[in-house]
Amino acid sequence: MAASLDVNGKTMSVEADPDTPLLWVLRDELGLTGTKFGCGLAQCGACTVHVNGDPVRSCVTPIAALSGAKITTIEGLGGAHPLQQAWVKLDVPQCGYCQSGQIMSAAALLEANKKPTDEDIDAAMGGNICRCGAYQRIRAAIKQAATGQAIPVVAAPAVVADPAKEADIDEAISAASGATSRIQRGEVR
Amino acid sequence: MNAPVKSEGFSRREVVVGAAVVGGALVVGCSPADLMSAGSKVEVGAFGPFIRFEPDGFVTVISKHVEFGQGSHAGLAAIVAEELDADWAKVRVEQSPANAKLYGNGALGAQLTGGSSAISNSWEQLRKAGAGARAMFVEAAANRWNVPAGEIVVKDGVLTHASGKSAAFADLSADAAKVTPPENPPLKDPKAFTLIGTDRVRRKDAQAKVDGTARYTQDVHLPDMLTAMVAHPPRFGAKVESFDADAARKVAGVVDVFEIPTGVAVVAKSTWAARLGREALVVRWDEAKAEKRGSKEITAAFRDLATGKGPAEQKWESFGAKGDAAQAAGGADAFEAVYEFPYLAHATMEPMNCVAIVDGNSVKLVHGSQGQTLDQLAAAKIVGTLPGSVEIETLFAGGSFGRRATFNSDYVAECVHVAKKVGGGKPVKLVWTREDDMKAGYYRPLVVHAVRVTLDKDGLPATWRHRIVSQSIMKDSPMPSKGVDQTAVEGASDSPYLKATPVVDAQVAFPEVGVPVLWWRSVGATHTAFVMEHTIDQLARKAGKDPVEYRRALYAKAGADRHLAALNLALEKAGPKASAGWTRGVAVHESFGSVVAQVAEVKLVDGEPRVGRVVTAIDCGVAVSPDQIAAQMEGGTCYGLSAALFGQVTLTEGVVDQSNFDTYRVLRFAEAPSVETHIVPSAAPPSGVGEPGTPVIGPATANALLALSGQPTVSLPFVRGA
Repeated sequence: MAASLDVNGKTMSVEADPDTPLLWVLRDELGLTGTKFGCGLAQCGACTVHVNGDPVRSCVTPIAALSGAKITTIEGLGGAHPLQQAWVKLDVPQCGYCQSGQIMSAAALLEANKKPTDEDIDAAMGGNICRCGAYQRIRAAIKQAATGQAIPVVAAPAVVADPAKEADIDEAISAASGATSRIQRGEVR
Repeated sequence: MNAPVKSEGFSRREVVVGAAVVGGALVVGCSPADLMSAGSKVEVGAFGPFIRFEPDGFVTVISKHVEFGQGSHAGLAAIVAEELDADWAKVRVEQSPANAKLYGNGALGAQLTGGSSAISNSWEQLRKAGAGARAMFVEAAANRWNVPAGEIVVKDGVLTHASGKSAAFADLSADAAKVTPPENPPLKDPKAFTLIGTDRVRRKDAQAKVDGTARYTQDVHLPDMLTAMVAHPPRFGAKVESFDADAARKVAGVVDVFEIPTGVAVVAKSTWAARLGREALVVRWDEAKAEKRGSKEITAAFRDLATGKGPAEQKWESFGAKGDAAQAAGGADAFEAVYEFPYLAHATMEPMNCVAIVDGNSVKLVHGSQGQTLDQLAAAKIVGTLPGSVEIETLFAGGSFGRRATFNSDYVAECVHVAKKVGGGKPVKLVWTREDDMKAGYYRPLVVHAVRVTLDKDGLPATWRHRIVSQSIMKDSPMPSKGVDQTAVEGASDSPYLKATPVVDAQVAFPEVGVPVLWWRSVGATHTAFVMEHTIDQLARKAGKDPVEYRRALYAKAGADRHLAALNLALEKAGPKASAGWTRGVAVHESFGSVVAQVAEVKLVDGEPRVGRVVTAIDCGVAVSPDQIAAQMEGGTCYGLSAALFGQVTLTEGVVDQSNFDTYRVLRFAEAPSVETHIVPSAAPPSGVGEPGTPVIGPATANALLALSGQPTVSLPFVRGA
């Protein structure tokens, strides 16, 4: 059955049953594979897209519900959205599989709330799972994108000690206090 | 220093050789690498298997290791770029093809990413590769300019001479390719490193992973590709008895339905059609040989064994024996504890999947392969070809944590079976749903420990009796390892606490259970670190000592200098006082050659433990990429905390109870800790980073709760019920 969808500002015609979840139409029919399949049950957030600006789990949203709606996927964010820039700057992704969904949820949050608090972030991002545990950097990146202020990024020079002193634990620790203070991340929360 | 990794590596190596023979590659008199790469058509360029110089001025570093989040691609490229004196901004990373001979893991034999060894096993190899290529360029420039090689300077990918002559890699690469590669090129003095150990070593894949262009198995779309889903039995060990495919075949888009060894496959033109087709399928299962016990019964049986109430015929193996065992069983006023650990699912964000193309006896796999050699062997066996001829395009994987490296390449083999039946070179993408993934097994084993310790007059352990009951992970390998399966005892067998104890009687039993088990990020340490570190805090309390001072005394006795240094660094960085309203717990553990110490701040929120600030110190040898080390400490802590707080797979009458993230609870934003990472300075070669951050947070949290409530934690997870 033919359906018409407005995706990333373009009208797309697809052949799919009206019950088909948007996720599979985006991925299998339109080739927009940035939106990921994670759970199929609106539990993990990897499939998050915007429908008329609101974050929606595309894995449980049948296309029948989307007639006339404006759909935005990660591809529609352009690649240089302030959130995407902050994500790169802080090396947020690890495996990266959840990050499209994380960014789409964060983008919807910042549209509605320019200066989110930690609690706002917890609430808005609570539906997005990251199994690599990049939560701390995601939080920092959202704040960086929101404030436009750089969250201090790691600046660690070589922490190579003199091998002759390796056995001397006290010296190693005192050297460490200088070298490692530059890779602290405590301020991000 | 790397003893645990090494012994495990030997057994894995044996396994792979055995499998090669099973796979049909009966090439006699060859090295294991020859066997495993027999039939390969992979070619090597002028600068060796790891480096290519591009016409656009970029240097391509070829990674033999999969990138599934751990950041190895960046670290491996940095090692090459450092010795090569390349411009880091003009370095790309490309995934290697499959070839055990060229791209085998030096620690494990096969081409396999595991054991937190990507950087450590590549360290010498890639330094030499980079230094060798650099020497070839220097010689080429010296010849072209007619100046002594010793007068040429290389910096940021440009060679210069005081005479004013200058050339970039791209200008000289044709000449340099003709130079004979040096056998032993001089390596840099680590003091001269300008890239390694700095914050300039950043991920090369971050942009692709934020704009949706990074390519995972799930994203593969090829012309004429079909998508398959497989109906699996509800109980492990069951087989297909019969099936009715009429309704499934009527679903629009379904192309075929047929039986394969692991179940019934539904092949369709789209993922959704395959899913609807499988829902319409009716399968009857033969459960004669299925595992029908629940996890409660398995736990009880393991507990009985660990506490001496199990069947006498159960075989026990020693993993530590010092002094008189009878002494460890006797003695008054002993500390005794029994700890229970549940099965755990890896629950990667990308459920298991694979793309296979089979045409006659030619096979190509496209997927996030973790163990390319294992996958080649499995595919070769199914189609009847040489393992090295199986081509693999390795993509990014959406996490693995160990799951994508099974001895039988379970889901890869499943995909090859389907693609073989489809045949004709038609690509087949096997898609597992979250439910398929959660219920498929290959869990962290269910484990029970029983510990009995007596203290000497100073309050330090005098005797230590330890019993571990677990399924064996290595047993499922085609050729079981000799000696004790280290994956069940590592972290206990090599513990400084046992080293510091005069009388030790440590044994392990491996009862048969029909639930598939597998390594899970940090493997044995997932439970041994908890038992050793939480026991130590309880022993300190019993002795009336401060747990930190107690550890220091034991580390001094055991000569565990690295443990002491990591502990001291974490404590120093944590500062003297916990944040107001929070209680601290400390834990230290060595795994994969690295020592991690954590000071965790914990409080109860609505009755659940919440972890806030976590100060981490790691000794991982030379820190190649400090920011990736920090990322792995942050992520590893979250992964370990998620399991400790919520993780458990349970079975009722042999059927897995969990199916999705609504029933298998994982760590979410509000529960995520804030992890600070500090690196102990070291000139030792790099050791593991991907896994050692995982096992420490569980016991650190338990120790904080002990300090808070006086109550020990004897089973995980802390929070029951999804």
